[in-house]
Amino acid sequence: MTPQIDTDPAGKEAVFQARGLTKVYSMGEVEVQALRGVDIEFFAGEFVVLLGPSGSGKSTLLNILGGLDSPSGGSVRYGDHDLSVYDDAALTRYRREHVGFVFQFYNLIPSLTARENVALVTEIAANPMTPEEALARVGLAERMDHFPAQLSGGEQQRVAIARAVAKRPDVLLCDEPTGALDAQTGVLVLDVIARVNRELGTTTVVITHNAVIAGMADRVVYLSDGLVARVERNAQKVAAAQLRW
Amino acid sequence: MRALTRKMWRDLWQVRAQAVAIALVVMCGVGTYIMFLATLGSLRDTQASYYREYRFAEIFASLKRAPDALGLRIGEIAGVNHVDTRVVVPIRLEMPDFDEPVTGLMASLPDRGPPGLNALYLSQGRLPDPLRADEVVASLPFAQAHGLDLGDRFYAVLNGRKQPLTLVGKALSPEFVQLLRPGSVFPDYKRYGVFWMSRRALGQAYDLEGAFNDIALTLRAGANAQFVIDRLDELLGPYGGLGAYERADQRSHRFLSEEFNQLGTLASLFPVLFMGIAAFLLNVVIGRIVTMQREQIATLKAFGYGNLGVLGHYLQFVTVIVAVGVIGGTLLGIWLGQRLSLVYMAFYHFPYLQFSLEPMTAAEAGAASLLAAGAGTLFAVWRAATLRPAQAMRPEPPARYRETWIERLGVKRWLSQPARMIFRHIQRRAVKSALTILGIALGCGVILTGLFQQDTVGYMVNVQYGMSQREDLSVTFTEPTAYRARFDLLGLRGIEHVEVFRAVAVKLRHGPRSYRTAIRGLEPDGDIQRVLDARLRPVSLPADGLLLTDYLGTLLDVRPGDSLLVEVLEGNRPVREIPVVGLVKEYLGVSGYMELGALNRFMREGPTISGAYLSVDSAQLPELFTALENMPRVAGVAQRVQEIRNFNRVMEETMLFFTYVATMFAVVIAFGVVYNSARIALTERGRELASLRVLGFTRGEISYILLGELAVLTLVAIPLGLLLGYWMCYYIALALQNDLFRVPVILAPATYAFAASVVLVAAMLSGLVVRRRLDQLDLIAVLKTAE
Repeated sequence: MTPQIDTDPAGKEAVFQARGLTKVYSMGEVEVQALRGVDIEFFAGEFVVLLGPSGSGKSTLLNILGGLDSPSGGSVRYGDHDLSVYDDAALTRYRREHVGFVFQFYNLIPSLTARENVALVTEIAANPMTPEEALARVGLAERMDHFPAQLSGGEQQRVAIARAVAKRPDVLLCDEPTGALDAQTGVLVLDVIARVNRELGTTTVVITHNAVIAGMADRVVYLSDGLVARVERNAQKVAAAQLRW
Repeated sequence: MRALTRKMWRDLWQVRAQAVAIALVVMCGVGTYIMFLATLGSLRDTQASYYREYRFAEIFASLKRAPDALGLRIGEIAGVNHVDTRVVVPIRLEMPDFDEPVTGLMASLPDRGPPGLNALYLSQGRLPDPLRADEVVASLPFAQAHGLDLGDRFYAVLNGRKQPLTLVGKALSPEFVQLLRPGSVFPDYKRYGVFWMSRRALGQAYDLEGAFNDIALTLRAGANAQFVIDRLDELLGPYGGLGAYERADQRSHRFLSEEFNQLGTLASLFPVLFMGIAAFLLNVVIGRIVTMQREQIATLKAFGYGNLGVLGHYLQFVTVIVAVGVIGGTLLGIWLGQRLSLVYMAFYHFPYLQFSLEPMTAAEAGAASLLAAGAGTLFAVWRAATLRPAQAMRPEPPARYRETWIERLGVKRWLSQPARMIFRHIQRRAVKSALTILGIALGCGVILTGLFQQDTVGYMVNVQYGMSQREDLSVTFTEPTAYRARFDLLGLRGIEHVEVFRAVAVKLRHGPRSYRTAIRGLEPDGDIQRVLDARLRPVSLPADGLLLTDYLGTLLDVRPGDSLLVEVLEGNRPVREIPVVGLVKEYLGVSGYMELGALNRFMREGPTISGAYLSVDSAQLPELFTALENMPRVAGVAQRVQEIRNFNRVMEETMLFFTYVATMFAVVIAFGVVYNSARIALTERGRELASLRVLGFTRGEISYILLGELAVLTLVAIPLGLLLGYWMCYYIALALQNDLFRVPVILAPATYAFAASVVLVAAMLSGLVVRRRLDQLDLIAVLKTAE
């Protein structure tokens, strides 16, 4: 299968450009080939959904884009920078300055309140919004002083989104943000992500294996068995509130 | 406050029980360190300033009698600064309301002005009036033991004449900081005292007017002490000099130095042991706490916190715990140090105590604790932080479990599934399990070190006074006496058995090594006084040649068959060679032993004795004391029971304090280790156990899996701990041995049982806590969240 390389019709510059990206894990006694040569680009300000069954390499790709992991082979560029040669310190700086993450299981620090979880990030960012503003954006102005354990799953995920966007990142990477949530709450969370993408112009990549979510993306990238199977562009984006699953 | 700092405080609160356990362990380590060093430092400072202020002499010598004019010639020896000539005599006393024998030492005070050297610290009263022959100052402990007040009267036998004395002052002297009767290693203030009276009065009583029989002097800075001693011996030789010696050989100073050395040894051993164990635990426990935060570390890193930032965060976390331990330990150490100093002050008669703690000491303890904790943190954080965050957030790959060797031994079919889980888990995490075992074992072993001295002392008393020195009374004569005195003693009512002895003060030389001690000539095949071989069997004295205490053999580097040069320190001071024919076992003191006749032949004297060991009918004791006191040649009578009592009293007062503190600390450490091991195991395996609950395992069954592992590790750790503890005791004993005493390593079964029980109880209590936590496991929450 020849991977399809897409270009942006509006001529926007590519934020990420991956070429021949491979990744091999050794899990205990077995080796897992997570990526087998991915070629893909992501463009400034777009909303991309990465779709694929579990084990297709979505998370691995996202982690490499976010500087959480390094590829085994190939290259990945962020703007002019080659992330694949970054060392740990450079990757840390890259994440600190450019990337916001949202994880399936929220990964909030349980010992900190919502506000403090956001402050954890704004304190080390160059030009952040205040934690209060970030939480207001996700509709949690009222629950800022609650600990994660006192928040519902949806609320926790919204705190995680506030934490991710508070530093005004260039890219927002979300790994199954609704994976642990019911449909109604999931929609709420997706709406917040879409709004951040729209209002702040943050390049947003969302992983899911829920095909319904693909409707709200500018582009949908289908991964299968460690390769990009195809890329689709949505002529018409669907608002999160209209999604049903 | 920064969010990360808040996280640190809240995390700390989350693990507060464990943090407190760790801080307590640190506190015990630091506490012992400070306690010993502060006590030692304070005693040494006190000693130094007391010696300086009261001008403690540097060279001492006794002689028979020399004219005062000789003192002037001695002052002219190059390097001598100040000379004090005086009269010092052993005396017998009769105290009202106390009918047991009391002996003492009477020293003269200059008639004009205060004494130049070895000045008295008068705690009450005044110095004697030179014109009043009955006025004396008594050593304070003696006055206290007898409840004497100023103006009280008692009697002393001075040169064979009974003379009334009036107490005019109570004093301490730098010469008698340790107040011991000659031949005894434990103080008995009721039966032995030091007294001072005017030179004129004492000189008259002993026909030493215009003469002296004792001399003390100080040296100029940079003087050659050996040169002065040699010159002094030359000058005093014709006047019956018994050999000059330096301060290092002065009895009180010698004992003090040895005890300080012992304290110094304990001060270096125990804190190192305690701090070492605390550090080890800190390292392991902190490492595991940090490892459990692997996911949070990954999250921090995902948001752009660097490795140093993350490391700093956890170091801060650890520093708080350690700081609490160090501050608490320092305060505890100071408090205990003051207590311990006071305990020692009851035996060392200093006029005051200068309690001080070098700031450096506290800083060292703090630095060592932080370093140990920091190393543990660094290692664990580094392991977690250098993982790519994506990897750290993924559940760890399934661990590689295998059948254990225990199962392969063929016992598999008897092991239930949970039992197999226990063994596989232990084997799979072999290093972690080994560290836990080692930690618990150290906690167990250290308890033994606290208790072993008590067991050992009991054993030493039994050997010394039950197997070797078995007399009821010992009598010493004022000077060597003809053998027939034996029959005078046998004629007294109440005496059942007599064994006589000859004791000769000597300096033993072998090559460059020399040692001042006494050679005792004993009756062959004596039953009261026996020398023992290495296996504590009575040795029959050889017809010729010398037996040496084994430790003295080591000190002088002689083996049976070698020859020693003996410088006799009495009479006309002959120097002769003698073969060493064997070594004997003794725990207290070191000396040489010969058959009585052989010693008399060696001294080229007729049948001569210095004293006798008696077994008596205790019902006749009071009459016997009176009869013995009326024998003019008797210089002193000692009762073995009193020696044992004195021994036990000293041990109880000094050692019990120490044992108590050390044992308390050891117990805390043991609890700290066991509790932390259990809690960490719970946190590490909570998820797995919750999954088992979901599969239908009961609370009891999952408790069995977790607590079963703790039980297995504890049961392995206990015998190992007892073994480690024995080794620790062995090294402590080795470090403590000196010529005053050697400590055998004796551990009673009850002591082993106690140490094992403490660990078992700690394990059971920790198990209960963990069990309660297991009952509260939130099954749903555990399954909903990621690893």
